[in-house]
This record gives sequence, C-alpha cells and structure tokens, in this order.
Amino acid sequence: MTNPQTISSLLKTSTFRLAVIYLALFAASAITLLAYVYWNTAGFLARQTDEAVEVEIAGLAEQYRQGGLPLLAHTVIQRSRDPGQSLYLVLDPAGRVLAGTLDARPQVEPGPDGWFDFTYNRKTLDGTEVKAARARAFFLQEGFYLLVGRDVQERREIENLITNALIWAIALTVALGLVGGLFMSRNMLARVDDINRSSRDIMEGDLSQRLPIAGTGDELDQLGRNLNAMLDQIEALMTGMRQVTDNIAHDLRSPLNRLRNRLEVTLMQDATPADYKHVLEKTISEADNLLGTFNALLMIARAEAGSLRESMTWVDVGAMLHDAAELYEPVAEESGLALTIDAPEGLKIWGNRELLSQAVANLLDNAVKHGQPQSGDAERVISVSAEPNPAGPSRGVVLSVADRGPGIPEAERHHVLDRFVRLEMSRNTPGSGLGLSLVAAVARLHGGTVELRDNCPGLKVALILPVSGR
Amino acid sequence: MRILVIEDDLEAAAYVVKGLRESGHIIDHAADGEEGLTLALSSSFDVMVVDRMLPKRDGLSVVETIREEGVRTPVLFLSALGEVDDRIKGLKAGGDDYLTKPYAFAELLARIEVLVRRANPDQVRTRLQVGGLEIDLLARKVLRDGQEIDLQPREFRLLEYLMKHAGQVVTRTMLLENVWEYHFDPQTNVIDVHISRLRAKIDKNFEQPLLHTVRGAGYSLRATD
Repeated sequence: MTNPQTISSLLKTSTFRLAVIYLALFAASAITLLAYVYWNTAGFLARQTDEAVEVEIAGLAEQYRQGGLPLLAHTVIQRSRDPGQSLYLVLDPAGRVLAGTLDARPQVEPGPDGWFDFTYNRKTLDGTEVKAARARAFFLQEGFYLLVGRDVQERREIENLITNALIWAIALTVALGLVGGLFMSRNMLARVDDINRSSRDIMEGDLSQRLPIAGTGDELDQLGRNLNAMLDQIEALMTGMRQVTDNIAHDLRSPLNRLRNRLEVTLMQDATPADYKHVLEKTISEADNLLGTFNALLMIARAEAGSLRESMTWVDVGAMLHDAAELYEPVAEESGLALTIDAPEGLKIWGNRELLSQAVANLLDNAVKHGQPQSGDAERVISVSAEPNPAGPSRGVVLSVADRGPGIPEAERHHVLDRFVRLEMSRNTPGSGLGLSLVAAVARLHGGTVELRDNCPGLKVALILPVSGR
Repeated sequence: MRILVIEDDLEAAAYVVKGLRESGHIIDHAADGEEGLTLALSSSFDVMVVDRMLPKRDGLSVVETIREEGVRTPVLFLSALGEVDDRIKGLKAGGDDYLTKPYAFAELLARIEVLVRRANPDQVRTRLQVGGLEIDLLARKVLRDGQEIDLQPREFRLLEYLMKHAGQVVTRTMLLENVWEYHFDPQTNVIDVHISRLRAKIDKNFEQPLLHTVRGAGYSLRATD
C-alpha cells in the first residue's frame, strides 16, 4: 500500500471518491455549526463590551449636559479611582491629562464607526503590563478630549481560546474523515484485488477456482456469489459439452466404423449389382440411424444448454398429451396394448411444445417397445396422465406414462437416465438409448425432474414440471 | 419445370441437379449468392432451391432481395442449420419451406412439387375428389363410391392433406409437419400405422386402391397406378 502506483489506484477507487465527497459535506456542516458556536460565544463577549462602553458614554454625556466640563472631569476622576475594566481619559486643548486612567492619548485613528483598538500600559503590583483595549473618543467644546473604553485583554484571550479550539476541531474532523476514507477504500480495494486475481486465474483456464467471499454479506459478497453461480453454470456446461463429445465419439464411431467396414468388404468381393444395391440400401438406413442418434445428442445438448428457453410459450399440457398419445395410439394397438389417457385440458405450463411432445413421444415409444406384460393376467394397457402437482396447484403438473411391462429394477433406475444406457433385456430392440436422457434433459430445461416409479407391475415415468422453470 | 439451384458445395449441387434432371426438370445452377440473385432476377423459374450459407451473399439476403423486387417464385431453403429458430428465420425472410441437411432426395423432390402446386392454386375448393373418393371440407364428410366413411378428426386431416396433394408424393416428414405439427422424428414409424388405418377405411372394401406407398419416399393418393 505504500508504492505510488497503489496510492494512485486508491485515489481512483469509487469508494475513496465517495469518502472524499462525504468528507467535504461533513466538513461544510461542521464549519457551519462551529461558526454558529463562535458567534454565540466570542461575538457575544464583543457585543457586551461595546454595550458597556456605550452605557458609560451615555452616563458621562448626561453629566456633561448638566454640569459642563467641570462635572464631567469630576465624575471621571471619581470613577477612575475604582475603574474595574473601564478606561477613561480627559485632555485639555494643550494635551495635558486632566483626569482618567490612561497616561496619554493612544496614537490610533478611530474607525468609521468611532471605535478603535489600541494597547496601553497598565500598572500592576510588579510593574506594568501591555494590555489590549477598545474605546471611543470625542472632542468636546474648547478642544477638550474625552476617551471612554474598556480593557479587552481577557476577552481577546477567551476569543483566541475559542478560535483555536474551533480550528482544531475542524482540522481533526477533516483528518479523521480522510484517514477513515482511505482506510475504507483500501479495504475495499484489497477485496477487489482478490476478486481480480481470482478472475485472472479463472480466465487463464482454472475453471475450478472461485471468487473469494468475505462472509460479510455485503454487495461485494453478493457480486462474488452471483459470479460464482455463473461460473458453476459455465463449468457444468463445459462438463456437459465434454460428455457430449465423449459420447459422440463413443456412440458414433462404432457404427461409422461398422458402416465403413461393410462398404470395404463389399468392394473386395465380386458382388452382383443386386448385392451392391442391397449393401447401399443398408448403408443408407444405417446413415439414417446415425443421423437420428446425432440429432438426439444435439437436441439433448441444446436442451441442457438452456438456449431453447427463448422459444417457450404457454403449453396446454392436456392438449399436448392428447396429441402425442393420439400419434402413438395405432402403434400401441398394433402391439396389442390399449392406450388410455386421463388429462384435463387447461393445465398450462411455460414450455416448449415441440420438446415436451418429443419427450412424451419417447416415453410412449419406450412403453410400446418394452411395456409388454410378462404374465398373462396383467392388463395390456399404457396409461398416460396429467394432473396438478399434489404438492399444490401452484407447483405445476405431474405428467406420467405408465406401462404394465417388466419395469426396471430399482437399482438400475437412476442409471437409465444416463445417455446410451440400454438394459441387458433390451439389447436387441432398436433405439439409440438416448430416449430417456432426452426426457431428463427436457425436464431439466423446464426446471422439473423425472422420476421412475414402480407401477406394480411395470414402469411409471413421471415428469414433474413447474408452471414456469424461469 | 424450370428450377434454380443456388448451392456453393459443388458436389452437393451436382447431386441435386442430377436428381432433378432425371426427374424431368430443367435446372440452372448458381454457385454463389450474387450469381444466384442475378439469375433469379433476370429469368423466371417455377421454384428455387437456396442454400442458406453462400459465399458473397447469404441465402436469406438473396431471398429477401428478390421478394422486395416482387419475385414471388416459391423458395425452398436447404440448410445445415436445423434449429427451430433457423427455420423461422428462413420462413420470415420469404422462404416457403425449409429442409435440413442431410436429407433424402425423395424428400426434396416431393417438397419441390408441393411448392410448385401451391404457387398455382386452383380456386379454393371445399370439395375434393380423387377417383371415387370425395371429401367435403365444410360438412367434414367423406364418401367413397357414394358410401359415407366415418373418420376420426386426425384421420380426416390426414386424408385432407393427401387429397390436397393428390397425385404427388407426400413424405412421412411432410405428414408429421403438416398434419401433426411436429418437427422431430419419432423413432418408431408411427405414420405408417396411421396410413394403414386410413387405408383400411378408404380402400379396403373397394376394388381400386387409391392410397399408394411410394417405396423409399412416402405415400401418394391417386386414381391410377
């Protein structure tokens, strides 16, 4: 904190600038307050002195009017015996002292108001002392001179004391404010420096780093927390991305390899045009399957990235479910399964109809493929339903597809939501193994969850979706 | 038909051009946006197939420009950008249909033919007829050889779409998009089962089949083989 660069960066911080502004305001109000105090103390003393002199002048003027110069001189002589703080001087036209407490006429020109300040020598027990005084002077008829004043030495000392105290108070206020401001902004700056340092580390590629949180719960902490949440999201997306590429590598490479091998083997053999045609047709259908897998992976990645949130609208879950079930009803019937639907219209959530339909279609597809009852006495039915969340109507909807097939063993239930998982028993049925992962991704996109339940017997997949996942 | 293909990938263009020529069409090919725009403005075509990402001038801008110039030739966008948003952008720019790469040639051909037909509509009709099959769009009634056939609402929409495109090949994707309004590909071929149900109702007890399967492409509703 001592090198000039840090100080200049300190001066640039908004906290410091704020501290200076507050300091200026504070100093201004302190000065106003202290000026008021000054006026009420030192000012009061000054006014009192002047008033006392004026009263004295008024008294002497009265004497002079009644008894002329002799009575005035007499009164002055009398008063000079016990003058207190008062000062008098009467001079004849030649400048000789007739009466009074002063030795000589002070060599000071009076101000425009008739008042003047001067110093005089006052006799004390151990010699003389120079004292401050304030007085008014008058010339009487025949050239006589009258001075009436007051010793203000004590008053001056009190004034000085007050002035000094006030100056110190202001200086202290400013100094304390300045130090406080510096300290506060230095503190702030240290934390911002920490945040900057962590940000640089993160930018350099260490995504596991997080911004420091001081634990005070102030704005910087809130900022740090939000940025950390953002980093969590970014990290999750990056991990997801990596998983997607891994999965693409894994699940697209092997079929691509198969495809390539088949074409190569066909080229090596002496095949008839009919053989070639057959191989080409098989290759096209395999390419279509690959494309399907690829599209599903992309769709999952997109749903997980959350970018599809922009295309959301209000979706009537009942109507959406009716449409999807209606699409699958003939297929189910062909497999000897009845499709029942129990979904009231008017249950609305904020979502993407296309993705929700695709999720339901995937569930129905699974139910038709894997939902054949094992024992003869189980009802041959797939039930589709939507209902308000039992936890409360504002909690959204629960949408479910249930079959009476063999179900999924409890231990494997969580596992099947991962990508490309195909249970042993379903190895030989067609499908990419991405169906349920897409369902899970769609649920997450809508801020909801997927639950796999035992339908006793069978599998019941429930999508628990909030009214709005925003 | 005279078709303008604007596609910068020469191999892909050769594939489209060859396929369309074999189907009996006359093809002009432009390899970039500027050339395509000049051709589109200087001669008249029945339909244009435009790639979205082109050198010099992108496909969206080509179509926007010709629309501003008052050219109303139907446009089919071809694009590797297949998201819903991209599709909407393409249609907003003045495209009439949007096909994501990769695609089957049969799909492209079927869509081109539908587009051309749509551009020259017969007057709006409320009754359609193919062979002995009649459909009344207002009364929502279907008659085969004078005999009334009872259809579910979705079956009716399916038949309506097929009737409106009678004689043309209609692909599964086109049905899914237009009858069900889905843009995803169901893993099971659900459309086939719907078609065979419809076929059972309109064709089963009659001598001449009307609803034909076109191998490798889709379906076609027509009176003759």
